[in-house]
Amino acid sequence: MRPLLFLLRKEFLQILRDPAMVRILFMIPIVQLVVLSNAATFEVKRSRMHLIDRDRSEMSRGLVDRMTASRRFEVAERSDRVEQGNLGLMRRTVDMVMVIPPHFERDIVRTRGAHVQMFFNAEDGAAAGVTSSYAGVILTRYAGELGARLQPMTALAGARHEAPPGRGQPRVEVRSRNRYNAELDYRHYMVPGILVQLLTIVGTLLTAMNTVREKEAGTLEQLNVTPVSKGVFIAAKLLPMWIIALVVLSIGLLVAKLVFSVPMEGSLLLVYAGAGLYLMAALGIGLWVATITETQQQAMFVNFALLLVYLLMSGLFTPVRSMPEWAQWIARVNPMMHFITLMRAVMLKGAGVMDVARELGVLVVASVLVLSIAVRQYHKGAH
Amino acid sequence: MTLAIDVHQLTRRFGSFTAVDAIDLDVQQGEVFGFLGANGAGKTTAIKMLIGLLSPSGGTARVAGFDVLTQTEEVRRRIGYMSQRFSLYDDLTVRENITLYGGIYGLTDREIRERSDAMIDKLGLASSAKRLVRTIPLGWKQKLAFSVAMLHRPSVVFLDEPTGGVDPITRRQFWEMIYAAAADGTTVFVTTHYMDEAEYCDRLSIMVDGRIAAQGTPVELKSEFGVASIDDVFVQLARPAAAEAGR
Repeated sequence: MRPLLFLLRKEFLQILRDPAMVRILFMIPIVQLVVLSNAATFEVKRSRMHLIDRDRSEMSRGLVDRMTASRRFEVAERSDRVEQGNLGLMRRTVDMVMVIPPHFERDIVRTRGAHVQMFFNAEDGAAAGVTSSYAGVILTRYAGELGARLQPMTALAGARHEAPPGRGQPRVEVRSRNRYNAELDYRHYMVPGILVQLLTIVGTLLTAMNTVREKEAGTLEQLNVTPVSKGVFIAAKLLPMWIIALVVLSIGLLVAKLVFSVPMEGSLLLVYAGAGLYLMAALGIGLWVATITETQQQAMFVNFALLLVYLLMSGLFTPVRSMPEWAQWIARVNPMMHFITLMRAVMLKGAGVMDVARELGVLVVASVLVLSIAVRQYHKGAH
Repeated sequence: MTLAIDVHQLTRRFGSFTAVDAIDLDVQQGEVFGFLGANGAGKTTAIKMLIGLLSPSGGTARVAGFDVLTQTEEVRRRIGYMSQRFSLYDDLTVRENITLYGGIYGLTDREIRERSDAMIDKLGLASSAKRLVRTIPLGWKQKLAFSVAMLHRPSVVFLDEPTGGVDPITRRQFWEMIYAAAADGTTVFVTTHYMDEAEYCDRLSIMVDGRIAAQGTPVELKSEFGVASIDDVFVQLARPAAAEAGR
């Protein structure tokens, strides 16, 4: 055990003496959380609308009021011609054009139906989809409101009959209530995932770089000639990185709480237990990368190639359910995905040990597997 | 008495290339044994097999009485090694480096303290003990590396071109350290390109193309080849190989 203590002391001295390392430890969590959690959002804040109101009636004004009152839309431009609206879309001064045709109000009163035309800038398809669904919801609601106002007439006409289809028939309204992230703050959803990605980068990249640097410097060869056992050497490499990654996690959790007020519904201990397990797999991958590379550049390259696959297959940015079947299988064996699930469940939903037992199980298996492969792969030079 | 290094038919092949071709060596305890050869003659490969960094393709090697293939850890406890490249930690201080290796070899805190103090004193590094190794001059670094390789009092120490790029005065001091180690009973196995250094060795072995072309004391070798210096012996042996390589 004594050699291990000396090696650990050496690792900590080197890490703390490296100014780049200290910057990495404190800057990366803060920058990543602030930048990524704000950038990686599918939320559409407020769409600028070009309004062409050819009816200028009470009902058309009512529609516009409902839309602006939702705070999802604002009237940025007005005109009478669709060409003007198209120009706005082209110049990106507006995100959508809404055309209310003449006789809008008259048609509603007489036929219970009217058309409203909307054009969206669909360069960003997802954003256009979200905007159009917001608009659809508002329109449906307004139609319901108008229907109720006109109801008495129809009610009189068909009192004893079944209401004819499409006319004043009872509506089924879905009232949804969001649990666990009641304000639909996208950042609350992203932050736990970004913390995981952070741990992965710190754990995997730093371990690989740190070990390969000793290869480059020739100090690894020197150590390999000493009686230090493989297990002690690996423990001395991994333990400091494991502790550092947990420090990074703590800083990240603090930023999440103070800056984004991300809730911590569940047990902090469970978060750290998951992180401790997950890190063993992440560090093992870093060690494995170090065994197959000779220089820091190579290690960096292999790491980024791996991390990219890892990240895209983790469900951090895109839901796993929407991946093709084969990709879902890859995601299922990706320890990162399970740890993200665990983090979200514990932080946002207050999940307990039993709720995330499956994820914990996968993490145990993954860390044992990855570590044993990496340790087997690591040779003390004799081959 | 057992030999410090006892090698029979040691061979290492890389694919179809034979880097070390069935060499035999026997080095007595306390000898300063010079291992000479042109670049690429197979010296470093041979050393790496002797210290357990590379496994042989054939043959046997015993170092300090233990088999390097089957008793590697026993061997490692009893040897010191200084590679061609400077391999102490640049970002640790002189004292931290010494302490680290002391700890690795299982010395007690007291032994570490006493031996570091003695070493720092002997090397004249008292004022630099707290400096990062990165900042001290190359000659000092080499002497420090040798002293660290000797810290656990190994019975055999392997020095792979220890004086490369070092000024003549430091080289002289370095050889004084080697003699002091040998006088204490440590076997010194040293490779070098400097033929004047070869003259300082008790016995020499000259490698050409993976084979041992000549072996003996400097005096024996010079009389065998009828020349005045080891430099001439080396040129005579290495020339056919070099001529062949150039053809």
